[in-house]
Amino acid sequence: MFKHIIDISKTHLLSKKKQTIIASLGVTFGISMFIVMMSFMTGLNQLLDGLVLNRTPHIQIYNKTEASETQPVDRFLDASDQLSHTHSIRPKRRLLRIHNALPIISELRANEKVKGATPQATSKVFYLAGSNNLNGIINGIEVQEEVRLFNFKDYIVEGDVNCLLKKKNNTLIGSGIAKKLSLSLGDKVQVMNTEGTIFTLEIGGIFQSGLADVDDVQSYVSLKMAQQLLGAGTNYISRIHVKLHDIEDAVPVSELIENLYDVKALDINTANAQFDTGSDIRTLISYAVSITLLIVAAFGIYNILNMFIYEKMNDIAILKATGFTGQDVMYIFIFQALMIGLIGGILGLGVGYGISAIIDNVPFNTEALPTIKTYPINYDPYFYIGGISFALITTFLAGYLPAKKAQNIDPVEIIRGQ
Amino acid sequence: MENILETKNINKYFLDPVKFHVLKNISMQLKHKEFVSIMGKSGCGKSTLLYILSTMDSDYDGELIIDGQDMSHLSRNELARVRNEKIGFIFQFHYLLPEFSVLKNVMLPALKLGRYDEATIKKKAYEKLELLDVLDQAHKKASRISGGQKQRVSIARSLINDPKVIMGDEPTGNLDSKNAENVFNVLRELSHIHEMSMLIVTHDLDFAKKTDRIIEMGDGSILS
Repeated sequence: MFKHIIDISKTHLLSKKKQTIIASLGVTFGISMFIVMMSFMTGLNQLLDGLVLNRTPHIQIYNKTEASETQPVDRFLDASDQLSHTHSIRPKRRLLRIHNALPIISELRANEKVKGATPQATSKVFYLAGSNNLNGIINGIEVQEEVRLFNFKDYIVEGDVNCLLKKKNNTLIGSGIAKKLSLSLGDKVQVMNTEGTIFTLEIGGIFQSGLADVDDVQSYVSLKMAQQLLGAGTNYISRIHVKLHDIEDAVPVSELIENLYDVKALDINTANAQFDTGSDIRTLISYAVSITLLIVAAFGIYNILNMFIYEKMNDIAILKATGFTGQDVMYIFIFQALMIGLIGGILGLGVGYGISAIIDNVPFNTEALPTIKTYPINYDPYFYIGGISFALITTFLAGYLPAKKAQNIDPVEIIRGQ
Repeated sequence: MENILETKNINKYFLDPVKFHVLKNISMQLKHKEFVSIMGKSGCGKSTLLYILSTMDSDYDGELIIDGQDMSHLSRNELARVRNEKIGFIFQFHYLLPEFSVLKNVMLPALKLGRYDEATIKKKAYEKLELLDVLDQAHKKASRISGGQKQRVSIARSLINDPKVIMGDEPTGNLDSKNAENVFNVLRELSHIHEMSMLIVTHDLDFAKKTDRIIEMGDGSILS
């Protein structure tokens, strides 16, 4: 039934090759830009998420150093009729270690919302290099948990992350320190703790986080080694980093932790509030730009089909005079619009994929992410499905109005007009 | 003999720019196998009448009966079906689809009707082209053939569905006398041998004189 309609549409499209190609290229341009924009923007977003969100704990637990809300004098005075005023309030002295850290960790790990919790013991040290003493911090970590939860492995530029497990006095040293002290893999470095005791560590790896503040002072050792540096027992833990299954739970879980234990729990939303907003706005902008491109392409198709129909007035009159119905004529033009959409759309997918692949191979070296070598691209199939659907929907709509007009053309008026 | 086409009191008004009574109480009959020409001065409404008779114009008062069927209450799609099946139409300006081959032009109304499969339609189209002596042009593009050939192709097209009646709006008006003579002979032969009814609007008195009957129109009415 539709065979001859398709046949007529094909002849029309082929006899106006130039216009068909230009209209299709309009769609191709729109769709390919949509795909490139979305792939690139979401790729970048994922990269930035990886940069900040993946390596930042969802909740950090540590001992708070804050002035007490209730000062001793308030307990003796009745606030209703007496006024007290205390100057120069100082925070109460507290230990850096978290009280009962090990039970807290095991309880957190048992919580079903928690993906993992890692203990850290932080010690201030001096790196000794000849007569120079370099200020620094050494973090004791459970390296495998850090790798599992916070992609710790991505920041090791030299050596093996698991060296911390092999030998107790192995260390992963910050790239800034390594450079300053001209140290390389396998070298020994001496560190002095706050008590003045000197330890010798062997460099099993070099890490680079991309933040100079961190790379210039920080090194990692195993938890046990850090506790030894601190001269403390195996229950000495100064921070706990928690990663949740769902980042949205960060606020309620951190509130829960503060209520249950005598600690400070800082959630990621408070720590990195600006980050989420930036990510959302970038996605919004890329959608806005792509959809604008597609709408411009759709107007191009609308224009070209409108012109097609003015040129084909005679054809429409003949078809109607020889027994084709208005619907037949409408289908002919809608079919042409859809063909333009389909050809342009499929080409657009190809071109979009091609440009994405090229961008994917453009070198992109960043201090922040030593493992990233090229620009990030997100090859999400949904962009391709969305692109082709949008191409077909917009070309259908762009073709519908002119086709509707063709349906209502009165053949008598055209024949009489000759 | 039965009437293939009959009108009863057809009235038609143009509303734009001012109300104008174009056709006044037109009642006429066209019999089976009859070759009738309609003559009249330009502006007398003969083309308007022909568009109504061909069902392309459905905006009129009165009754139109084609092959025993009342056209007045049919929908646009049903009218399109009637045009497709029962009426062959020949235009003054030969009206072929310029981008299609001659053969395709002839085949299209039959493909639309869908009474036969494509191979049969093709065979029939070749027959009609042969009948009109333009078989050798079958695979040319319609825009590439001469005016006289175009007109014959358009007659071949009007025949493809074996219609009951063929209507022509000055089919020879645009042709030189030799080609006009040829077209007339073809139409004459069709009505005699193939038993089709002909209703031809024309200015050409010589042409009209050779037909079975002349309907003369003036000022929106039938004079004789």
